[in-house]
Amino acid sequence: MTRPALALCALCLLAACDGPLSTLQPSGPIATEIAWLWWAMLAGAALITVFVLGLLAMGFGAPRKTQARVWTHGLGLWFSMAILGSVLGAGLWVGERILPRDDGAVTVQAHAFQWGWEFTHEDANGAAMRSTDLLHIPAGQPVDVLITSEDVIHSFWVPQLAGKMDAIPGRTNRARLKADTPGIYDGICAEFCGVGHAHMRFTVQAHADWPPDLSDEGTEQQEGAP
Amino acid sequence: MTDIPTPAAASARADSVHVAPAPAQRALALHRDLTRVWRNDRGLWGQITAVNHTTLGLRFMGTALVFFAIGGILSMLIRAQLATHQGAFLDTALYNQIFTMHGSIMMFLFAIPMLEGLGIWLLPKLLGTRDMAFPRLTALGYWCYLFGGLIMLTALLFGVAPHDGWFMYTPLSDATHSPGINADVWLLGVTFVEISAVAAAVEITVTILRQRAPGMKLTEMPLFAWYMLGTSAMMLVGFPPLIAGSVLLELERAFGWPFFDPTRGGDPLLWQHLFWLFGHPEVYIIFLPAAGVMSMIIPVMCRTTILGYGAIVAAILALVFLSFGLWVHHMFTVGIPHMALAFFSAASVLVAVPTAVQVFAWIGTMWKGHPQLHLPMYHICGFFLTFVMGGLTGVMLAIVPFNWQAHDTAFVTAHLHYVLIGGFVFPMMAAATYWLPLITGKARIRGVGEAAFWVILLGFHGTFFIMHLTGLMGMPRRIDVYPDNPEWVWLNLTSSIFSFVLTIGFAMFVLDLILQATLGQRTRRDPWDAPTLDWAMPVPSPSYNFASLPISRHLGQSARDAVLSLARGEGALAGAARGRRELLVTSVGVARPHHVAILPGNTALPLYLSASIGVFVLMMLAGQYRLAALALVPVGALIWVWARGMAPAGDLRAVEVAPNLNLPVHHCAQHSLARTGLAAVLVADGTLFVSLLFGVAFLSVVTPATPPPAAGADTVTSLVGLGVIGIALVLAALVGRLNTRSAAALGLGANLLALAALLWLAFSQMDDPTAHARDALRAAVAGYVGLHMLVAAAMAAFVLDQFRRGEITPQTQGALGAWQMWQHFTTAVALLAALVLIAQVGVS
Repeated sequence: MTRPALALCALCLLAACDGPLSTLQPSGPIATEIAWLWWAMLAGAALITVFVLGLLAMGFGAPRKTQARVWTHGLGLWFSMAILGSVLGAGLWVGERILPRDDGAVTVQAHAFQWGWEFTHEDANGAAMRSTDLLHIPAGQPVDVLITSEDVIHSFWVPQLAGKMDAIPGRTNRARLKADTPGIYDGICAEFCGVGHAHMRFTVQAHADWPPDLSDEGTEQQEGAP
Repeated sequence: MTDIPTPAAASARADSVHVAPAPAQRALALHRDLTRVWRNDRGLWGQITAVNHTTLGLRFMGTALVFFAIGGILSMLIRAQLATHQGAFLDTALYNQIFTMHGSIMMFLFAIPMLEGLGIWLLPKLLGTRDMAFPRLTALGYWCYLFGGLIMLTALLFGVAPHDGWFMYTPLSDATHSPGINADVWLLGVTFVEISAVAAAVEITVTILRQRAPGMKLTEMPLFAWYMLGTSAMMLVGFPPLIAGSVLLELERAFGWPFFDPTRGGDPLLWQHLFWLFGHPEVYIIFLPAAGVMSMIIPVMCRTTILGYGAIVAAILALVFLSFGLWVHHMFTVGIPHMALAFFSAASVLVAVPTAVQVFAWIGTMWKGHPQLHLPMYHICGFFLTFVMGGLTGVMLAIVPFNWQAHDTAFVTAHLHYVLIGGFVFPMMAAATYWLPLITGKARIRGVGEAAFWVILLGFHGTFFIMHLTGLMGMPRRIDVYPDNPEWVWLNLTSSIFSFVLTIGFAMFVLDLILQATLGQRTRRDPWDAPTLDWAMPVPSPSYNFASLPISRHLGQSARDAVLSLARGEGALAGAARGRRELLVTSVGVARPHHVAILPGNTALPLYLSASIGVFVLMMLAGQYRLAALALVPVGALIWVWARGMAPAGDLRAVEVAPNLNLPVHHCAQHSLARTGLAAVLVADGTLFVSLLFGVAFLSVVTPATPPPAAGADTVTSLVGLGVIGIALVLAALVGRLNTRSAAALGLGANLLALAALLWLAFSQMDDPTAHARDALRAAVAGYVGLHMLVAAAMAAFVLDQFRRGEITPQTQGALGAWQMWQHFTTAVALLAALVLIAQVGVS
């Protein structure tokens, strides 16, 4: 195959990874770091698979003199520990960078119920603004989502912005999101929650200005000031 | 008395475990005698009363295969539904039942029974004995499995099957969010089936530890036995948390005890911890027997010995321990503290090391030997290709940031199918093609099996490889339609098409088995030229396995050299001269001959007992709780009858096992199989108790506090009650040693007194268990302890009855030892429970 054809194939494959819920089309630094982690692990896994299957293929042949310790200790223990240690290290490094921390990030609330989401953010006056199935966040800065549930366990997931976090009755969980640019991002409930699970979707709208001026839109209701 | 009584044997003990060979006899005469004693009764009734391990092992595997087909049909419905984004034909409620049942059937009704069946069928042959340690228990396990499975299938037929996913997360599965009997079907059905898992674990442990051929040291036994020992140990410790969780959730659903209800002090995460404390070891429970199969077949296919025996045994032990330390990686998204995330991530990654040691040892074995591409070797290559990839995606999922994206998506579905089909189904297909000549006595018909392998391999990877991508593109598990995501259509459609190819492949595989069993040519003995005892017998294997039991000189030989010598009675315990089922019991470490166990013959008692347990389960399902309590009366009565079958009777004289070696029968021996078995039961039982204490600790420490209502108990009265219980139980434990009739009577009285005190405490002092999870757990612990007191009282009464019948003599112990063990355990858990209660009250 010629080089342009290969490049075209690769492009097609990458394009095939796109979609409003795709973790491989990240739109924020958190999801981007995880996507890079995935591509690196995929490359490593592919190499290891080829290596092991190569050893397997070479096993079909005349008997060879071979030392047990090379296999059980050399490959089994040290080779695998080296690989696993570096993967674990990469995971911890990325994990540390994407954790929510106490840095005064904007905080919004997500309350899950069968089957939908009630989101709350504060407007300029500090009043609670509620919306159903539409979450407003600022673009370009970290946002912590405090996640709770009304009834059963759900899971809050916006694949293009960050990983998921469960909504568990009786607890409050915190997840950090960050969107690079203003825009609309899709979200979905990831934990099976009954008959309406497949339709428990929501949208995240990232605004350039914060708090956003929502006076034109009819979906929000303003609560009394706290 | 217990050991070897002759002077000649004393010197035999000195030089380890040498057993003298017996003179040769006529092989045909031995075969006739043994068959008369060991065979099943004729006809259908003979199938019902069968307790033989070959019959039951095959029946376990055959039934598991049927459930595999049913689970496979359900998966076809799932794939048909997902082939297009609008969904084909199922409504969501039915779809939820179907994927829940697909997972539950494949886990609980296919994989676990299949590996139990393999162990039950193969182990006695491999270890050189004639049956499992407790044949009636094997049969009981089978019937419980069958009835539990039928209850779940019937529910599916009537549209009331479980629909909350196979891990049944609360609160979705509680009475508020899942009214109706769907969730009860899962909780009661699976728990019923798990009786068979615990039973199998107990007897596999005992059989491996106590029934190896004399001279087969623990450190030299075939690797499959090591793998099954690891598996059964994990089952003894892994299943009790699931059973505890299921019982608690059923109590919550039936009686409103709020263990998992956050509004009344419970915690839905407690269910997840209990479930995955079982659920993750479960993966290795399934993988270890399959890996054992690999370790057996690869050396034979490569005409060599296994490379790195010691390293593999170390890897097995490491897996057994490590696999209990990583259940939390199923819960990375529930909001766990960061340090715990890092710890469990590291532990989850670490578990890949012993797995890698085994994989490389197997490949090294192939380098060392000369692999021959027989059909089992195809499936072994299928294992390597699939399992290596599944293992690598498993490592990825152990990395927390990636897990947060991939968790609960189709990526996980793909990963677990790579691990389970790669790590279990491919090795099981290798096992089937390897051992089928021993089952049918026939050689295979060339061609069909190879074709089946290629179709399965193509179908499997076509279905599941791109499913990784489907998941990364955002498709969650357990959705039935995806109208807004056209980008998933081509992925799902491809998976669906190849899943039908996969199904066709499995159908071809079954066809190959059927063709071989019906049309195959007769095969010679030991067609693979294997070194292990499982092939040192005629094909198909006779009901008694070995006409005489292998001794040290047979262990170093190939199966082909040993087979005629064993058939002519040159080993131990040749024939069936005394007209009863006998086998040799050996010591744990070096397999020194210890005594002769007399096994029970064919009986329908296991069927009656499991049917009476089934009546209890059905009454619980129907919500008839009073009738359910009543249904326990026949269960108790049948257990009494069962125990009566173990009483000393018949000819109790010592048996000549080999020239100059006379051994006592088990009634007259100190460390019988039953004693080892009871120890294994108590390990499982103790784990159940620890699971309850884990619940107490978890709700006290981790759960966000919901204040309990004011306690109504009076401290002084409660302490007096606890004191009475404690003194009575310590007394019962002490008098058990006295070995007299009056001591047994005193023990019975003490247990009844303790039970009465507990009931009085429960009704006068205990707070309403429906009000708060703390009180509900206290009631559950009290129920656990009370049940043990009741059993202890029944055992004391049984011993008293044996004294009356004159069955306990200076030579025979009867049930005295069993009662003592149980009594000690009961006293210990009661005291521990009281301490925990006092500590909990003191802290709060």
